[in-house]
Amino acid sequence: MKYKNTYDAIVIGTGISGGWAAKELCEKGLKTLVLERGRDVKHIVDYEDLKAPWELPHRGLKTQEDIRLSPIQSGVYNFNEVSRKYFVKDIDHPYEQVKPFEWARGYQVGGRSLIWGRQCYRRSEIDFAANSKDGYGVDWPIRYKDIAPWYDYVEPFVGVSGSSEGLPHLPDGKFQAPMPMNCVEKEVASRVKKGFTDGRMIIHGRTANHTQRIGTRGPCLYRGKCESGCSYGGYFSSNSATLPAAMETGNMVLRPFSVVKEIIYDNEKQRAKGVRVIDSETFEEHEYFSNVIFLNASTLNTTLILLNSVSEAFPDGLGNGSGQIGHNLMDMPYGAGARGNYEGFEDKYTYGARPTGIFVPRFKNINKATETKDFLRGYTFQGGAGRGRIGNAPGVGLELKDKLKEAGGWSMGITAWGEHLPYYDNKVTLHREKKDKYGMPNLQIDCEFKENEKAMLKDMMNSAAEILEMGGLKNVETYNWDKIPGSCIHETGTARMGSDPTTSVLNRWNQMHEVSNVFITDGSAMASSGCTPGPSITYMALTARAVDFAVKEMKKGNIR
Amino acid sequence: MKRREALQKAGFMFGGTIAGGSLLFQAGFRFNYGDGEGFFNKAQIRFLNEVGETILPESDTPGAKEANVGEFMSVVVRDCYAPQNQKIFIDGMDKLNILCKHTYQKLFVECNSAQRTELLSKLDKEGSEYFKLMKSLTLTGYFTSKLGATQFLNYSPAPGRYEGCTTERPW
Repeated sequence: MKYKNTYDAIVIGTGISGGWAAKELCEKGLKTLVLERGRDVKHIVDYEDLKAPWELPHRGLKTQEDIRLSPIQSGVYNFNEVSRKYFVKDIDHPYEQVKPFEWARGYQVGGRSLIWGRQCYRRSEIDFAANSKDGYGVDWPIRYKDIAPWYDYVEPFVGVSGSSEGLPHLPDGKFQAPMPMNCVEKEVASRVKKGFTDGRMIIHGRTANHTQRIGTRGPCLYRGKCESGCSYGGYFSSNSATLPAAMETGNMVLRPFSVVKEIIYDNEKQRAKGVRVIDSETFEEHEYFSNVIFLNASTLNTTLILLNSVSEAFPDGLGNGSGQIGHNLMDMPYGAGARGNYEGFEDKYTYGARPTGIFVPRFKNINKATETKDFLRGYTFQGGAGRGRIGNAPGVGLELKDKLKEAGGWSMGITAWGEHLPYYDNKVTLHREKKDKYGMPNLQIDCEFKENEKAMLKDMMNSAAEILEMGGLKNVETYNWDKIPGSCIHETGTARMGSDPTTSVLNRWNQMHEVSNVFITDGSAMASSGCTPGPSITYMALTARAVDFAVKEMKKGNIR
Repeated sequence: MKRREALQKAGFMFGGTIAGGSLLFQAGFRFNYGDGEGFFNKAQIRFLNEVGETILPESDTPGAKEANVGEFMSVVVRDCYAPQNQKIFIDGMDKLNILCKHTYQKLFVECNSAQRTELLSKLDKEGSEYFKLMKSLTLTGYFTSKLGATQFLNYSPAPGRYEGCTTERPW
């Protein structure tokens, strides 16, 4: 039987990983329906990044109304008067916090790729072997060598700027030239390199802000407005890069305003046959069919769709024979670090708003010599040095006005991002009664940091201070922002990869163990959080790899 | 609708606590609660512009008044301030005039610039809470205004490069 609304492939979601799935499927010749729950956001056309501050009613500040409508989103670090349109209104999209959990969301074409942090670090062999080594979570079914060619494949298209360092625990990539360090960062980096014997070092941040042009995109103009969307295409987003590439093939049908209610399972053929969608404008339901489905709704919404897709074969959610869907939720403990002042370079300044900084690769638990008893796994630092105009000064009048022309001193800070162990009881479930306006159950998030993460946060502060002191910073102070889970916006793990179908949801190809024509390549696939920030580049590599596999399998007739 | 109600409530609350209310009323100090012209009326914005000008006066570059920081303050106090700071700010406007009246027997806008400077310097030194807010908004409003950004600072919408070690001050 030939269905109406039939495509070769369906992609659910248009964020970082959905954009890649769309591009790869379309470029391989598949007629692909790409579903997005929010409105369309067209590259350049829909951005407001060219407005000067004085053209904004509140000069960029958030309002009390923003806080009322979006108490959670308005607390995200890059939420402002311009970027707020890329965040959901919390009151329209409720969820339950069993324990405090910040869930940042962007429901529009491009998803959170418009407002992401853009840092890109490859996972290393240490990351992929971590679960098997200490027994937390299940072993990754892949190793670095399996994904390395796919990092190679996606990075040049993404446009990652960074430096090659030859570190086994932070593999190099196909980089564009790094964005420069400033004089204090260079000086501190040189002192740190000389001063430590345990491998602590300061390198260039690796970011999807382009130092070279890629087709019509970039380079970055150092405006410091990434979260507004970038009319110059200075950073990678689905809107700037993957979706236009998919569109160019003529194979993509993009359908915004499409809230996926469930994946429809064909009991007889033992495969997914399509998706049921609620039109968010008309509230009408539509069904679309395809041979293969890529689920890229972002970790928590992917979980929602799976758990809401119940059938005779899967009463607990699609492909959930293992009972693992929704469990092992991870974010990353972050926000602990140190800052200090630098005395010197008083006649030197910086020019331009650099959208990245410096990076300290992992240096704990990378080998026997660096093992610590205090915690498992590791963390890394991001940070930078800078010098600006003094913001305020005592007094009023001409004297004050003159003073406000002066430069402050140089200061430098580094902040850590660390690994969150996969715990079965950190989980997301469907609320039994509460539903949103589309009739979708509210998610109920129950996630916390435990002893290992807390021990790591303590260590982060101490080692940050050690690094800065070695670097010559004065008046070094440590801090911990006491971030709650979710606030790192690296939620992962709720449909993890693994070799054993009884303990994991996806196989080594991101294919559901139990539903061979459904692939999941967003953060939910992760078996561990990894020790570096910037997980998106891994989702991108896994997506391209999974599409390649899926299309080959379709050609072989293994996926019908 | 809700916001408007909230502001009206806030106005009611403050209205009753202000000493010397009739004096201020005569001087045009009536709140017009967001019916098209921002939170404050024209007289109040003029007053805030004079406060701003005293903090950042005209020199070889424009002052805060020309950059219309009063209007900016009106919008921010209405839309961005939490109720607690709204109250401090609004009460502060009256407190400042009352202090002025006690010191110089005049409203702030009627004082000469030396008197204004002396008064605000004193509040600045004392760490007055409401003056801190006024000063902070004056600075933010000035630096983000077209005049402040392009004439006092060296507004550069698209630097095009990052220099990590330049001898040229970028503002």
